[in-house]
Amino acid sequence: MAYIGSRVKRKEDLRLLRGTGKYVADIHRVGMVHAAILRSTYAHARIVKIDTTAATKLPGVIGILTAADIPGMKTIPMRTGHIDGLERSQQTPLATTAVRYVGDPVAVVVAESRYLAEDALELIEVEYEALGVVTDAHESMRAGAPQLHETVPNNTPANFQVNVGDVDAAFRNSDLILEEEFSTQRHAAVPLETRGLVAEFDEGRGQLTVWGPTKMTHTNWSILSDHLGLPQSSIHLIEPDVGGGFGARGEFYPEDFLIPFASIHFSRPICWIEDRSENLKAMNQSRQQKYQIKIGVKKDGTIMALDAEMLFDMGGYTRTHGGTPAISASSILRGPYRIKNYRLNVFCVLTNKTPVGTYRSPGRYEANFVRERLLDTVAHRLELDPADLRRRNMIRHDEMPYDLGKHPFNSWVLDTGDYPAQFENALARINYEKLKSDSAAAKKEGRALGVGIGCFVESSGIGPWEYARVEVDNTGQVILYSGCNSLGQGIATALSQIVADELQVSIDDVRVIHGDTAKVPYGNGSNASRSVVMAGSAAVGASRKVKEKLLQLASAALEIEPGDLFLRDGRVVARGVPERTQGFADLARLALPGTALKQGVTPGISEEDFFASDKRPFPYGVHIAVVEVDRATGIVKILDYLVTEDVGRKINPMIVEGQVMGGLAQGIGGALLEEFVYDNDGQPQATSFMDYLIPTAMEMPKTIQLISTEDFPTPLNPLGVKGAGEGGISAAGAALANAVSNALGVEVTKLPLKPDYLLELIGRIKVESHQENA
Amino acid sequence: MSTRQVRLTINGREYSREVEIRKLLTDFLRDDLGLTGTHVGCEHGVCGACTILWNGEAVRSCLVFAVQANGANLKTVEGLAPSATELHPLQKKFWELHGLQCGFCTPGILLTAEALLKENPDPSEEEIRESISGNLCRCTGYQNIVTAIREAAKAMAAK
Amino acid sequence: MKPANFQYYDPTTIEEVVDLLSQFGDQARPLAGGQSLVPLMNFRLLRPAHLVDLNGVRDLSYLRVENGELRIGAMTRQRQLERSTDVANDWPLLREATGYIGHMQIRNRGTVGGSLAHAFPSAELPMAMVTLGASLVLSGKARQRTVSAEDFFLSYMTTVLEPGELLTEIRVPMLPANTGWSYQEVSRRHGDFALAGSAALVRLDPHGNIDHARLTVTGVTPIQVMSAEEIVTGQKPSEALFRDAVRKAMEGLEQDADIHASAEYRRSACEALGERTLREAAERAAESSKGRTQ
Repeated sequence: MAYIGSRVKRKEDLRLLRGTGKYVADIHRVGMVHAAILRSTYAHARIVKIDTTAATKLPGVIGILTAADIPGMKTIPMRTGHIDGLERSQQTPLATTAVRYVGDPVAVVVAESRYLAEDALELIEVEYEALGVVTDAHESMRAGAPQLHETVPNNTPANFQVNVGDVDAAFRNSDLILEEEFSTQRHAAVPLETRGLVAEFDEGRGQLTVWGPTKMTHTNWSILSDHLGLPQSSIHLIEPDVGGGFGARGEFYPEDFLIPFASIHFSRPICWIEDRSENLKAMNQSRQQKYQIKIGVKKDGTIMALDAEMLFDMGGYTRTHGGTPAISASSILRGPYRIKNYRLNVFCVLTNKTPVGTYRSPGRYEANFVRERLLDTVAHRLELDPADLRRRNMIRHDEMPYDLGKHPFNSWVLDTGDYPAQFENALARINYEKLKSDSAAAKKEGRALGVGIGCFVESSGIGPWEYARVEVDNTGQVILYSGCNSLGQGIATALSQIVADELQVSIDDVRVIHGDTAKVPYGNGSNASRSVVMAGSAAVGASRKVKEKLLQLASAALEIEPGDLFLRDGRVVARGVPERTQGFADLARLALPGTALKQGVTPGISEEDFFASDKRPFPYGVHIAVVEVDRATGIVKILDYLVTEDVGRKINPMIVEGQVMGGLAQGIGGALLEEFVYDNDGQPQATSFMDYLIPTAMEMPKTIQLISTEDFPTPLNPLGVKGAGEGGISAAGAALANAVSNALGVEVTKLPLKPDYLLELIGRIKVESHQENA
Repeated sequence: MSTRQVRLTINGREYSREVEIRKLLTDFLRDDLGLTGTHVGCEHGVCGACTILWNGEAVRSCLVFAVQANGANLKTVEGLAPSATELHPLQKKFWELHGLQCGFCTPGILLTAEALLKENPDPSEEEIRESISGNLCRCTGYQNIVTAIREAAKAMAAK
Repeated sequence: MKPANFQYYDPTTIEEVVDLLSQFGDQARPLAGGQSLVPLMNFRLLRPAHLVDLNGVRDLSYLRVENGELRIGAMTRQRQLERSTDVANDWPLLREATGYIGHMQIRNRGTVGGSLAHAFPSAELPMAMVTLGASLVLSGKARQRTVSAEDFFLSYMTTVLEPGELLTEIRVPMLPANTGWSYQEVSRRHGDFALAGSAALVRLDPHGNIDHARLTVTGVTPIQVMSAEEIVTGQKPSEALFRDAVRKAMEGLEQDADIHASAEYRRSACEALGERTLREAAERAAESSKGRTQ
């Protein structure tokens, strides 16, 4: 029986179900004390003075650190998304002279308990000199706006263009040109577990151990080493169980330096667990983009050109992701359509708000909303069925692989797929034609029923490489040491399936170790739906090398040619002579140094492999939403929903479906509910779960169809997989916005689809002043 | 920092401890008693990750001070499985049907579901969704959780 | 977020509670279900120096019908109200309203008295009690007094409770026969604070004209019965009548704005819900006067 392709129960689950998982907050070290971070209450201010005297005297307080106590603090570097200029607005772990967002770290308190640490926070006196605040990207770019960073004029540290084909000529040849402004709101990953770290320094050995790092463990290992001036070999990062990441957890944040530094400075193990109020101000936010976009089409709907300007709202500093959401949006704005003439001018703009990183389908959720909404608007104008407009422009199977053309940061070639066939299947499965007539009939009765489509191409499996080592231990068990990480997505199970199939062992005899720098020397982590693609492929490579070694050892022991041997059930067996066999444990014994060296064989059964690739596989799919909107209250009910995605190959279909469903829930949250609102003074208004609204079980659609297919395995890796982590969220904003537009007979131009906004669109109310900035 | 003596029963076992008055029940369970299965997601009573059973009723332990639990009979996720080698039907179905991903919300949801099934052994899908509407999950999208609870109800009724 | 320090008391009688509240005045807060108070304490938005835990006062927790009147001890859990067959049969508006309060876990601990004393403008129980014409018993050291629900609420999260006074009982009168009721609410998610909500009672005379109506909507401070009664009394129920009545009743009334909805939205949605609850109440009244049980 092959494990790949089957709905194997996850190996991670038993401890999580019993409550015996170990998340970072569950880790206790002898003598451990607790940290709390003092964060700026001003969105933009100069720090005049910090007085910690009263706080330090509080019984139970061990000490307080400010920037003055950490001379030579470095700025946190970018690990990706480098756009020239962004390095000018990076962040030091503690604010030195100025704070640039509410939540900017100003001091670290260490005390006997978190309760006492929070008492101490209140006693620290900070004198701020308020500076001008700017919260809107447009305003921030204007001459005269308050300047956030000394060397960044107009708060615009970076600007880049994409230019493909001849946009101006294409517009001249267009029958209709439509221009519109779109925006998506600030929202973010907000995993259920907040961030946390436990750091302990063994002074005697000069060894620092940090529990908590995840997602980009090895990258962070290198950054921490550089910032502390400690060699990597003296630092041990350990990944515990993790409560979700979605792009935001696991990047190198100020606290990733501060807590280890404090543990060395105070010679005590230190635990820092972020509370939710902090998390909603301090963990990377995302999704805030504004587009001014122009499209040129022929009367029959053929798209001639797309030209846009985009403002990427970065928040107060450049984070480790650099300009990734902007770069990604710029790469995928055209989606699965044939648009040969494309121009985009992107401005990365600083504002006095929480800094920005990635969130599941970064830049692409936003771009999909903009493009799909624009397409529907064009369809309405040309009196075409939105499905027909898409049919006309969708890239055909015979055009694959499809080169997206020149781009300053990447060169994406859509690898495999049949977009139109998948599209037709989706429309048929949700009975699109019937939905259209149902919608028309409902409207006659005064009910607002609508259907909306969102097509997407997702990026996945980013390289450049991944590491794996496969080992057979003394009991014959197989251990995979992988450079990826687990945020809760079930990667250990998926990788076990791959290794178990390669080596023909029971999945119960495979263990996966990840996120531990003492056991895994190299890794590129888990992000951008890369784990199964990259870590899986490296695991295949290492497993195959181990297979060779097993056959070699067995060959010598059995005196049979390796070609006449095969693997079965954790043993090497002779073809046709089943009693001639060696178990993996037997072979491990033979590989012990004493025996092996005498035979002139390298001891051990342990093989490494790197899988390298700079070409990404692109999953692709369709979202279709059916909604009913109450015209008097603006409340949206999602009646039916379909997501289809081709992922090339499913290692564990159950896990793939779970990823799509979970992504969909987040996509619904982004379309209808979630928003980080700031007032004009830069004060965040959504700092609790009463105001930042995550979907509950009741907000999910009444019926959902999830269709994930294996139509086009990718040729880019030995497994044929395309990463399935982001398809579920990718076009949810687009489909829901189109469905609501269809239901109400309006053109939605921004997210979220708040009841307020919808009543305004249909002219039922007129709002005098808007609390939020978009 | 004044303290009080607290005596209570958790998962059938009696505990007696001195606890700081302002200490939340969540922190008492996790830090003082080492029962780390109950998780902290928000500390303002919205996410449900801290849900425990208090005299059989699902309650947010982050909104109770440990001193209030004097004399109470509590159940945490550690007390759900009948033994170290067996699983409660809810746990079994969650495992079979992929009802969890990161696992952080899972203890709270399991206990909420157990309370539901005690009161309503044959809930409709709508009733199940409503009963877990006070438990946030960021990973699964809830579908498998609802199915797992429904299947567990069937399995428990069949016994 | 961990709360600031406080002194803690766990009395077992109402007398002890009142003594403590009188002793510490506005430095003391009673702790009922904690579902509203403890989050505020965890955020350190509230830092009572003295916390008086009511959960051990058994005399405050009861639910009974006396002389046709529903008598609710202030510490009765919302969930108990939700499960009671008496309430379901004779005060269905109250049961419906209670079901909208947050989530089951909140209603397991949250209390009737606690919700009323908290006086949040878009909360369900304050609005339901005002609509039903309930009266509240307030117990102090020197005296006990009874105030109507409408008089109890002064403004945003402010009631007539004086320092040293405790809400001990809520009395809900029986509704006249054939009174139709309705409670409707919209929120961004299931269980969230209402963006807009409305409660209505309508009774019809034998000719099918309205002879009694009460209407309340959320977001109006102080929580009050609207003047719709005057407009609809003596009239036959109709969409136009209800629309007119609600619009006139809402004239000049301020609604709040926050990040979830503007004042204009709230006004518009309250008007829509006001019409819907009047209509639904009238339909129920018509059904019940036809002799069918509800």
